Amino acid sequence: MNSSYLSVENVSITFDTDSGPLNVLDDVSLKVERGEFISLIGHSGCGKSTVLNIVAGLLQASIGGVLLENREVTEPGPDRAVVFQNHSLLPWLSVYDNVRLAVDQVFGRSKSRQERHQWTLHNLELVHMGHAIGQRPDQISGGMKQRVGIARALAMQPKVLLMDEPFGALDSLTRTHMQDSLMEIQARLNNTVIMITHDVDEAVLLSDRIVMMSNGPSARIGEILAVDLPRPRDRLPLADDPAYNHYRAEVLRFLHERHARPDVPTSNVGGDDQVEPEERPTRLKLAAG
Amino acid sequence: MRATIIDPQKSFRLAWLQSLLAYLESDRLVQRTLLLIRQLLIPLAAIGLFLILWSAGAASVTTSLGQLPGPAQVWDQGVQLYQEHRASREREVAFYQRQEQRNAARLARDPNAEVKIRPYTGSPTFVDQIGTSLVTVATGFLIASLIAIPIGIVCGMSATLYRSINPIIQLFKPVSPLAWLPIVTMVVSAVYVSEDPLFQKSFITSAITVTLCCIWPTIINTTVGVSSIDRDLINVSRVLRLGWLTKTLKIVIPSSVPMMFAGLRLSLGIGWMVLIAAEMLAQNPGLGKFVWDEFQNGSSDSLARIMVAVLVIGALGFILDRAMLMLQRWATWDRNAVLR
Repeated sequence: MNSSYLSVENVSITFDTDSGPLNVLDDVSLKVERGEFISLIGHSGCGKSTVLNIVAGLLQASIGGVLLENREVTEPGPDRAVVFQNHSLLPWLSVYDNVRLAVDQVFGRSKSRQERHQWTLHNLELVHMGHAIGQRPDQISGGMKQRVGIARALAMQPKVLLMDEPFGALDSLTRTHMQDSLMEIQARLNNTVIMITHDVDEAVLLSDRIVMMSNGPSARIGEILAVDLPRPRDRLPLADDPAYNHYRAEVLRFLHERHARPDVPTSNVGGDDQVEPEERPTRLKLAAG
Repeated sequence: MRATIIDPQKSFRLAWLQSLLAYLESDRLVQRTLLLIRQLLIPLAAIGLFLILWSAGAASVTTSLGQLPGPAQVWDQGVQLYQEHRASREREVAFYQRQEQRNAARLARDPNAEVKIRPYTGSPTFVDQIGTSLVTVATGFLIASLIAIPIGIVCGMSATLYRSINPIIQLFKPVSPLAWLPIVTMVVSAVYVSEDPLFQKSFITSAITVTLCCIWPTIINTTVGVSSIDRDLINVSRVLRLGWLTKTLKIVIPSSVPMMFAGLRLSLGIGWMVLIAAEMLAQNPGLGKFVWDEFQNGSSDSLARIMVAVLVIGALGFILDRAMLMLQRWATWDRNAVLR
């Protein structure tokens, strides 16, 4: 049998679009060990988010499948918590209630009310958001929202933490803070993480392995780069580190030389997260009665 | 010689004047004054202009009931209507007092005498009619909301159900509820038969007519609100494996609340307009009946009294709309939404 913790096996996925079937992923296989930090990097539209959504169970592979601890993934679940790019907090709930909703759902039977309260606070402290538990999402900054999103995912105690460009919408200074926080959390909890990123520095700094994907449609895994840098990693000394710069150059070379992407119109491929099989709900006109 | 230097500030203690002058010169005051002009004076000037045009225009139109009433006559009739209401109330109080005195006297003569209090049977005053209309519109609106919100939610969640119900909604939405009025009247008198009815039939007919027009905007807006919920939030509920009920209560309904309230507000506005027309047409008690009665009455004051009713209907409609807006603001989690 398979011995990997998480294993993506020969996954292909084809979507039906208006202009015929579109093959987004072609025979993608990936094995992830427990506690490993994996980055998925590639150009827009190469299907990174599709890989993540298949692991999450939000999408079903057309061919192949995903095994987590040798059990097939068939539906979404809290053991594969997702941190979405635009935080996806419920805007009508406070920071605390957003995390508490997840805690109640996952530990409603196994923990007492008091334990769930403590666990919610604990996870908010972990992302340094203990001071803002009563705030609503629209009262806090983008970085803080993303911290709460991470706290919500961590509170589910997932086997795999899936992060879809978690820091993509943040300014660069906030992003570096968030990366440091994430490294600190990962060092403490030893989570298994799959993270999508566009940022080469982010990938090299955070990852144990970087999975570089070729351009879509029919995207494949182009190359996997093992980042053998000692932890804990500190961005300032690493900036002058030859090994770090070598890894960085490797990724850049892959992205810009071997898979240079001329400005093709993305409309036929769609953005990473735009290729969805289901019909999106169409907005109806507001009726004036 | 000693020069007498007069320091105006010290000698006349004009410090307050100076600070006032400084205040007048400051930019903030200019801004405030402009704001005052914009927010208060301009609307007041518009209202004044309207009143002038109204009185000038009304004076030049002569009907079979005399001249069209200008603002002054309307004001007089407004005062008159209120005095009539007060007088009627006093008569009512006096009526009950007389009965009590009579009964007490009878009981004093014969302790076993059967006494009863007869209800006062004066005709409803203008203020009574206002109350009736408000209660009727509230009842109809409440019934409509209780029906429309659940339908809207399930329609928003199930595309199939929406497709099946949509033709019916689209067919009945443009129908003026007044077209329903004869049918509603007949059905109510056939179905609502009771020895000692809790509500009057006319009240039920009016309320149901209001319900029939209040349903549609609420259904449609709730459906839109529920179906346009952010996909990421749905994904969150899938990752959390929320059950159907939890998902509906924790994610779907809160998410659609702003649209739901937009629909409710539209509904109430339409309901108020329709109610007045229904009361006129069906002779059901309320402001509409007051207008119709005055029209039939045909005295020289009738037009002014109708005008009072028109202004009151407008003011109440405005107050109802503001109340719904406050409710909408309170219920809306989206602080960026501009509600007006």
